[in-house]
Amino acid sequence: MSIMRTVKAGSITEAVSRLFKQANYELDGDVLAALERARQDEESPQGREVIDTILKNAAVASDEGLPLCQDCGIAVVFLELGQDLNIVGGDLNDAVNEGVRRAYNQGYLRKSMVSRPFSDRLNTGDNTPAVIHTDIVPGDKLKITVMPKGGGAENMARLGILLPASGRQGVVEFVISAVEEAWSKPCPPVIVGVGIGGTAEKAMALAKKALLRRVGEPAPDAETAGLEKEILEKVNNLGIGPMGYGGRITALAVHVESFPAHITALPVAVNLQCHSARHREAVL
Amino acid sequence: MVKEVKLPFAAETLADLKAGDNVLLSGILYVARDAAHRRIVEALDRGEPLPFDIKGQTIYYTGPSPAPPGRVIGSAGPTTSARMDIYTPRLLAAGLKAMIGKGVRSREVRDAMKKHRAVYLAAVGGAGALISKSIVGSEVIAYADLGPEAVLRLEVKDFPAVVINDIYGGDLYTDGKAKYRIK
Repeated sequence: MSIMRTVKAGSITEAVSRLFKQANYELDGDVLAALERARQDEESPQGREVIDTILKNAAVASDEGLPLCQDCGIAVVFLELGQDLNIVGGDLNDAVNEGVRRAYNQGYLRKSMVSRPFSDRLNTGDNTPAVIHTDIVPGDKLKITVMPKGGGAENMARLGILLPASGRQGVVEFVISAVEEAWSKPCPPVIVGVGIGGTAEKAMALAKKALLRRVGEPAPDAETAGLEKEILEKVNNLGIGPMGYGGRITALAVHVESFPAHITALPVAVNLQCHSARHREAVL
Repeated sequence: MVKEVKLPFAAETLADLKAGDNVLLSGILYVARDAAHRRIVEALDRGEPLPFDIKGQTIYYTGPSPAPPGRVIGSAGPTTSARMDIYTPRLLAAGLKAMIGKGVRSREVRDAMKKHRAVYLAAVGGAGALISKSIVGSEVIAYADLGPEAVLRLEVKDFPAVVINDIYGGDLYTDGKAKYRIK
């Protein structure tokens, strides 16, 4: 009988807490690099000024230990749990939520979750519950990815179940119209996450996961990478620009993830990420 | 060119602002967002006094993060203004003269701004840490039970903003997009 590797629930709590604080205070290198590139490419003087402000803000947040944005997000957590790993000393989801609670309380992060969203809308007081997506994977490790997701961009998500006849062109048009409709609201320059295929919820989960890819890294296959390139060019032709003041850079990147679909459908989901693209990961 | 502006806005200052102008604001701002707007409009409906005299004032749409020790306020950048659109024409009719947020306003709000000679400005969303440095005073004045949605009175110094909608119907979002759009 093999002895399973174990991880303590308390270690998961500590990791989640640390990652949420870090994600809220510091932009990752890939995001900063994408913003620097955007600063070079932007033609509009007002757009360049906005990107300068965003970069200056990132320096202030990290130097002074302040959240990058007052909207410290809904706490989205992706877990890849190795099937040969045993979690001891507590419940996995409780451990994650305790980590969120600690990060938001100790880290002076804004608590934005309200219960009974259709009626009382009472703040839960500690930014829990987290939205947790768990995949069981081979191996004996636990990969934790945290994503504090701001409301401004999240609220611009769109889902379309297109007709198969709409094809590639239909997908391109749907994504462009979602970005155009969102206009200045989601804090552009955005990252456009696109999920194609599966069911309604699968397509949206893919769109969100697409946002976790390193900014601007193309999809591994040439056809999907070509689709990303075409959508990015068209999005940046919209003229919306940084914060919507007009300009060339409306999106830093378009990331597409796809999955097979039913013979009757072509689901397309769009999940936007604001320029404050906050995420961090750790493997236990 | 950056225009330095004293708050609350004087009528001649409002007349001087054009869509696209960069401004640095100094003076008093009131913070109110979704839940506070709802209560303010309910108070107007009942003919009750408002938590502050809205005439001539400026509302900043933000929900700051908690202030760490030794700071006036936490991060305090703008939130999406469109969520307040359903309440805004009432507030403009009651005398509100300026709003600061981010993102486009509805047709109704833009028409009401023109009618009541009010302006809409934007601050850079997602720059809350930097913006907090221009906030020198912060005080909860109403609806403390709303937590991050309470009404605050802020004192700001050289708070950076851009004029989106001026009193003449100018609109930076529409003009900016048209200028850089490639067909």
